[in-house]
Amino acid sequence: MTPGPTTADTTADRTHAFPQQALPQHSLPQRALPPHALSHLDALESEAVHIFREVAGEFERPVILFSGGKDSIVMLHLALKAFAPAPVPFSLLHVDTGHNFPEVLEYRDHVVAAHGLRLHVASVQDYIDRGVLRERPDGTRNPLQTVPLTERIQAERFDAVFGGGRRDEEKARAKERVFSLRDEFSQWDPRRQRPELWNLYNGRHAAGEHVRVFPLSNWTELDVWQYIAREGIELPEIYFAHEREVFQRAGMWLTAGEWGGPKDGETVEKRQVRYRTVGDMSCTGAVDSDATTLDAVITEIAASRLTERGATRADDKMSEAAMEDRKREGYF
Amino acid sequence: MTGTIEPTAATSAAAAPLTTVDTLRFATAGSVDDGKSTLVGRLLHDSKSVLTDQLEAVERVSQSRGQDAPDLALLTDGLRAEREQGITIDVAYRYFATPRRRFILADTPGHVQYTRNMVTGASTAELAIILVDARNGVVEQTRRHAAIAALLRVPHIVLAVNKMDLVGYEEKEFERIVEDFAGHAAELGLPGFTPIPVSALAGDNVVDRSTRMDWYEGPALLRHLESVPVGGDRSGEPTRFPVQYVIRHAEIRYYAGQLVSGSLRVGDRVTVHPSGETSAITGIDVLGEDAREAYAPQSLTLRLADQRDVSRGDMITTGADVPALTRDVRAAVCHLADRPLRVGDRVLVRHTTRTVKAIVKDLAGAAELTANDLGRITLRTAEPLALDDYADSRRTGAFILVDPADGATLTAGMVDLREAGSHV
Repeated sequence: MTPGPTTADTTADRTHAFPQQALPQHSLPQRALPPHALSHLDALESEAVHIFREVAGEFERPVILFSGGKDSIVMLHLALKAFAPAPVPFSLLHVDTGHNFPEVLEYRDHVVAAHGLRLHVASVQDYIDRGVLRERPDGTRNPLQTVPLTERIQAERFDAVFGGGRRDEEKARAKERVFSLRDEFSQWDPRRQRPELWNLYNGRHAAGEHVRVFPLSNWTELDVWQYIAREGIELPEIYFAHEREVFQRAGMWLTAGEWGGPKDGETVEKRQVRYRTVGDMSCTGAVDSDATTLDAVITEIAASRLTERGATRADDKMSEAAMEDRKREGYF
Repeated sequence: MTGTIEPTAATSAAAAPLTTVDTLRFATAGSVDDGKSTLVGRLLHDSKSVLTDQLEAVERVSQSRGQDAPDLALLTDGLRAEREQGITIDVAYRYFATPRRRFILADTPGHVQYTRNMVTGASTAELAIILVDARNGVVEQTRRHAAIAALLRVPHIVLAVNKMDLVGYEEKEFERIVEDFAGHAAELGLPGFTPIPVSALAGDNVVDRSTRMDWYEGPALLRHLESVPVGGDRSGEPTRFPVQYVIRHAEIRYYAGQLVSGSLRVGDRVTVHPSGETSAITGIDVLGEDAREAYAPQSLTLRLADQRDVSRGDMITTGADVPALTRDVRAAVCHLADRPLRVGDRVLVRHTTRTVKAIVKDLAGAAELTANDLGRITLRTAEPLALDDYADSRRTGAFILVDPADGATLTAGMVDLREAGSHV
């Protein structure tokens, strides 16, 4: 069996037009910053807190999309800091695909209880059971999240919806505003985005419309991990290397389970893996890793030659514009 | 544009020490076919910011279109419409790092009909790269890009004269273009610019100094980006703290906001605008840490000695250097929306955290501004605004106009206090 993807794929021997070379020492000296300049993590934190407070000041019913993944965990952490010592003035919304990792659901419920938050759950399984949505032939439920998400936003009249999307994740997301207007069907029209100047975020919207807000727009994957380490934020265990029964599909290690894998001809084996992103079990791949600590994870990511979505997400590989198409329809 | 690009050098984006790394936000603008995407592609690629799977995706698409070399424009032109038309339509943000600095790149379109997107990218940029094709020199779009950079007061300008390989790496070709651009820059009031001769395709002067242009003694582009001073430290400027939100907890009011400029200390006397009331700071909390002092651009909460009526939209200042309190706003503008802006229009002005109603009184004699027009405006607001000149502060001197009917962002404004009174 060929090995699955790893995050530390620094010595890939494939040939392409841009051979990666060893990284030579940089010749310029480090310098000191001015006395009151913020470190880049402090600057990102301050910017994100500013965005949370703008939403609190301008909207009636904001909600944080909370998947139990690292980006939404960092969002919640920032929201807690932004409104301390008062509680976070928003509730949480989770779209449960029915194929979520049990460790992540456990973490979600633990966090909600610990901070006295209110959690809304929109269930993809409910929609399937009611016959409103149909299971896809490939078993992937990520694209099925859009309808439950949109309907819950409408039903609860949420006017601002925080998402953990980052511009460094994907080329369509690189085009996203911090405040992104959505119509009553949650549709994103990339050709008609509002110009967004300075830090003057325009959240005005008509009844039935809402604004998606991305406080982590300017964060990279490495920033998120460095911030988690600095703040000592607890994460679901699946982000760290552990033994797991997996099988290979479309070049990714998927967890064996009730959701539909493995099929005939797919062999289960036990491997030391970790998850670099957390999503639906059917389309989120694990990577070979021995990173059991935050420092090891950061070292691994800094050396990785693959993006996190490229390494671990089948849903983005469906077509060149897979993310753009899903975003247009109202996806996260 | 296509090109086979061999790496010329490598810099590591790996975990550099956090305390010595700052961030440069910069924007690129260029005309059609002047090689902007190739330049951006090379910066990203040679700084090791393009990862294997992204590169493979680009190669796959390029091959399927029958191109024999990877089209690096596909790295930043992320929308279906952009890839179909081969042009940049909207701003794409890209992130890369070297051991010296982290970079946020706003890759903006050059077409005149997408000027608003270039304005968006330039509004937060501390440096703008204006790209010209060495064969064509300064063209109308170049002058427009320079005008926008001047209007938005982007502190640093780079004139990247690209495709030097196609003019034989000739110094006189470069000098002719630099001289031409310098004339326009002086007219526009640009404080200065750094000209760099490059070939993005061949890699000359992008990451490493070129050996084919011995006559050029300046730095390669990336070295310049790494060393240009970032104006991040605004703690020595007059203190401006727009109140974003009031947190009430256990009968205490915490005024939350991001310090735009200057510093705050416990005990400082403060003035609240527009009411003019004064108080003293009794406590500062910087995201969970009880602090004696705070500096821009920290997000923080303040406690004041008296239970004042302070709310979102108020501006807190210290010291004698206070903003101008006025209902008559004069400004340079760039109109962004497809619908025109006319004298007599009723609009909303969004300035820092404050939104007020206003009427367009004058457009420097023009009856209306249409999309992408640069002009001047006089507004009469329903309530006073605490304004700084845009030349002094790109935050407290900036505003947007919003359509009260549907919330559309109409116009970007840059406050001009110096002309107050003399402007008709």
